[in-house]
Amino acid sequence: MQSESPKQTMIVAACLCLVCSVLVSTAAVVLRPAQQIQKTLDIQRNILKVSGRYDESRSIASQFKRIEPVLIELAGKRPRISNPSEEGIDLNTYDPRKAAKKTYDSVAVNPPGGLPQISRREIYTIAYEIRKDDGNLDQVILPVYGKGLWSTLYGFIAVDADGQTIRGVTFYEHGETPGLGGEVDNVAWKALWPGKSAFMTADIEDASLDHLPTPTIQVAKGHVTPETAQAEHKVDGLSGATITSNGVTALVKYWLGPDGFGSYLHQLRSERAATAPTSSAAEGETNG
Amino acid sequence: MAESTTKDVLLDPVVKNNPIALQILGICSALAVTTKLETAIAMSVAVTLVTGLSSASISLIRSYIPNSIRIIVQMTIIAMLVILVDQFLKAYFFAISKQMSVFVGLIITNCIVMGRAEAYAMKNSPSMSFFDGVGNGLGYSAILILVATCRELLGKGELLGYAILGPEGIVAHGYVSNGLMLLPPSAFFLIGLIIWAIRSFDKTQVNAS
Repeated sequence: MQSESPKQTMIVAACLCLVCSVLVSTAAVVLRPAQQIQKTLDIQRNILKVSGRYDESRSIASQFKRIEPVLIELAGKRPRISNPSEEGIDLNTYDPRKAAKKTYDSVAVNPPGGLPQISRREIYTIAYEIRKDDGNLDQVILPVYGKGLWSTLYGFIAVDADGQTIRGVTFYEHGETPGLGGEVDNVAWKALWPGKSAFMTADIEDASLDHLPTPTIQVAKGHVTPETAQAEHKVDGLSGATITSNGVTALVKYWLGPDGFGSYLHQLRSERAATAPTSSAAEGETNG
Repeated sequence: MAESTTKDVLLDPVVKNNPIALQILGICSALAVTTKLETAIAMSVAVTLVTGLSSASISLIRSYIPNSIRIIVQMTIIAMLVILVDQFLKAYFFAISKQMSVFVGLIITNCIVMGRAEAYAMKNSPSMSFFDGVGNGLGYSAILILVATCRELLGKGELLGYAILGPEGIVAHGYVSNGLMLLPPSAFFLIGLIIWAIRSFDKTQVNAS
């Protein structure tokens, strides 16, 4: 208390700042590799969880072996890129989130405002394909993001190999208000998604690469009961979190739509249609 | 206060002079992180560590801290410790740190930490200040863990994420989960009940605040 001269005050303040900043930055640098590993594991855990295949008792790395990352050209005519190296992309190091921030690796969101408050998205992204034991495609996990109220929500949507049925939704990173918008993490709310239909069946039947269906799925206000009109396209809204709910609707519609994974889902449906007759014939034989 | 021993300093804040129950400090985070026992324990450890270490380090340099900037100096030290704790949690307890989200950072604004630094650490030796900080952290932890136990048990029928009394939990024995327990107001009710209970036993606390 005796040291009150301005000079002394400045010296103490400067020394304190120096010591604190050295400690904080040392911790940040030393702990970064461990944090990075945790982040990757968390993303893989979320991919497993959204697919409904997560088994807590087994290591994430061993479970993740069954999941095949594929490079997707968003809104591309031939969305699944079979040879990523031709595009100069290494699947192990490619980061779609970084690409979205670079002008030459991203394009404008189309239509403008299709992804509210986000004006550009990456050209290529990584989806994850999961196959059944017999080698047929079971489901695909699509990375999605969009603005909620305070933050950008990053998550995954699992879509069945039929290119229509939602298998799950999860968000692994967001900064929404805990208890309100943060309820996107609520297990009970996430459990409402599986089985919902992303598109009208009639739209899918008419679909072609130039005429992709518009997603009809939405987070609706209030409680959705089986009696609700188009209940298969609606999920309960989060009470007290209208803006987050609308944000989720907007991002799901955008990413499943023509400018997002629409053409990829169309490709899945065509592939399935092409293989379906043979597989059902095979089943008939074994049954007969 | 001059005669107080280490034991007094360490244990007084747990019941006799509890920072939450008597001084009604740090209520905000007590509401937020007590829906689950796991996060409450993590928060308790974090706050106890931060109060202990910040009190000790502030006490260590207390004769060099100019009076005019002492609050800022205290805040800087507390903030630094909280950032260290946050970084550490992110590196080794990722799931917990995600659940506690913003509330780890908000330890900085927890009045208990700052209150102990200003009221005790500025006047006492580093070792006593450390124990005083830890003691107050423990007092905070005691209430937090008590509240979290009630909320998780009554709200979900689980403790630490495990079902109680058989795989179906107490729900199978006819208990209907009380959803209110998972909402913030229930923490207020519980803290109110705890304060009532403590003051019924120890009448001296009634007029103390």
